[in-house]
Amino acid sequence: MRTLIFKDIDDLIINSLGIVAFISFFVGGVVAIQTSLNISNPLIPKYLVGFATRQSIILEFAPTFISIIMAGKVGSFITSSIGTMRVTEQIDALEVMGINALNYLVFPKFVALTLYPFIISIAMFLGVLGGLAACVYGGYGTLEDYIEGIQTDFIPFHIIYAFAKTLVFAFLLATIPSFYGYYMKGGALEVGKASTTSFVWTSVVIILANYFLTSLLLG
Amino acid sequence: MIEVKNLHKSFGDAHILKGISTTFEKGKTNLIIGQSGSGKTVFLKCLLGLFEYEQGSIAYEGRIMSNLTPNEKRDLRSQIGMVFQGSALFDSMTIAENVMFPLKMFTKQNQSEMQDRVDFVLNRVNLSDAHDKMPSEASGGMQKRVAIARAIVNNPKYLFCDEPNSGLDPKTAIVIDNLIQEITDEYQMTTVINSHDMNSVMEIGEKIVFLKDGLKEWEGSKETIFKTDNESVTDFVYSSNLFKKVRRMYIEENQ
Ligand SMILES: Nc1ncnc2c1ncn2[C@@H]1O[C@H](COP(=O)(O)OP(=O)(O)O)[C@@H](O)[C@H]1O
Ligand SMILES: [Mg+2]
Repeated sequence: MRTLIFKDIDDLIINSLGIVAFISFFVGGVVAIQTSLNISNPLIPKYLVGFATRQSIILEFAPTFISIIMAGKVGSFITSSIGTMRVTEQIDALEVMGINALNYLVFPKFVALTLYPFIISIAMFLGVLGGLAACVYGGYGTLEDYIEGIQTDFIPFHIIYAFAKTLVFAFLLATIPSFYGYYMKGGALEVGKASTTSFVWTSVVIILANYFLTSLLLG
Repeated sequence: MIEVKNLHKSFGDAHILKGISTTFEKGKTNLIIGQSGSGKTVFLKCLLGLFEYEQGSIAYEGRIMSNLTPNEKRDLRSQIGMVFQGSALFDSMTIAENVMFPLKMFTKQNQSEMQDRVDFVLNRVNLSDAHDKMPSEASGGMQKRVAIARAIVNNPKYLFCDEPNSGLDPKTAIVIDNLIQEITDEYQMTTVINSHDMNSVMEIGEKIVFLKDGLKEWEGSKETIFKTDNESVTDFVYSSNLFKKVRRMYIEENQ
């Protein structure tokens, strides 16, 4: 069981770091540029760029949109790997050996995804950093203004809100794709279809959960 | 010995097994033959307890499977080895780990005892130097042999094989068939093999059950299958042109 958990940590968490880091850094940059281009009014303080970038990254971009990307990456990986085991009868082979295959396959993924908040923290950090880099090196503002912005009106509850969402999304990322893989029927072609369906439904449920959690926690 | 009585199995509205009764004896290779889609795999999975069935009974040495307690079921499972159609090796484990897996699940042996047993069965299927390969690095024939090694590693009383030589070249197919028969004889197992391959029928069909549309259409052995005048059986047996030719020549020669 321990080897399975380590394998899933590797497949689901470690292997996602690269893409998450890349996307977060550049999207953070774009958010900063867009914000700064949209404030032409000289009365609006310069630190607003840092402030707005921090808010959008921490509240929505990192927890929600990275989760949608993970529904594509991690979710379809889970569906296709469990689905392949189903169609190649590896799941039947486990059951013949007296193993509860659903537990055996899904539990390690749950454990691995408890590290999911770690991915989201990295996305938050790199998003804000990307905003800083774009802002300063692109000539949209000064380092001091940006730093002041990301320290302005900091509300600790926002962090709790963001990580509460993250944990819910981690749970959805482990369960929905596993379900589609475990209960699939057919052959290799259906594995591909199941992965797509699983991505669509995981994203839809994440977006709806985001809506309800936001109105519940912040509304 | 395994006794099956009046077995019925449906998926929703699709009635797949429509009342099958037969027996499989110890120390024999029992073949279930029939066209693809005739219900062979479903039948085997009912025997294994992987599928629930609506009606009928399956008894292992007189003990009815559906009456067993969970512990007794587990005990029965530990006496069953299964070779799946596509081998169903765990693709994240090496060949040796695959073969060791049932020992980890069903026995309390220590690592070196398990290692010895794995070496022994891998030798038995002529794969003494493949321990550390991954299944994906092995050929189809090798994968089948690993699957057989995994199925027999815990000394099962019952061995089930779903189309053990599908996807193999004819030469390798015969090697696998003969291996299964030797092992069955050597360890006096009750072996049930699904097949739609006439070569297997002629090589190892000590008992043959012919399924058609979810019913047992005919039952006999490799000696009697060529003498029957049951049309479905002769259709199946002489479905290949080669067999038809051989048969024609045989009839001409004997005129
Ligand atoms: N899990 C399942 N759900 C629904 N139908 C199934 C399932 N497994 C098999 N069937 C149907 O049962 C019939 C017999 O299949 P099978 O036993 O696999 O045939 P074969 O003799 O080729 O092994 C087929 O029509 C198949 O579509
Ligand atoms: Mg089949």
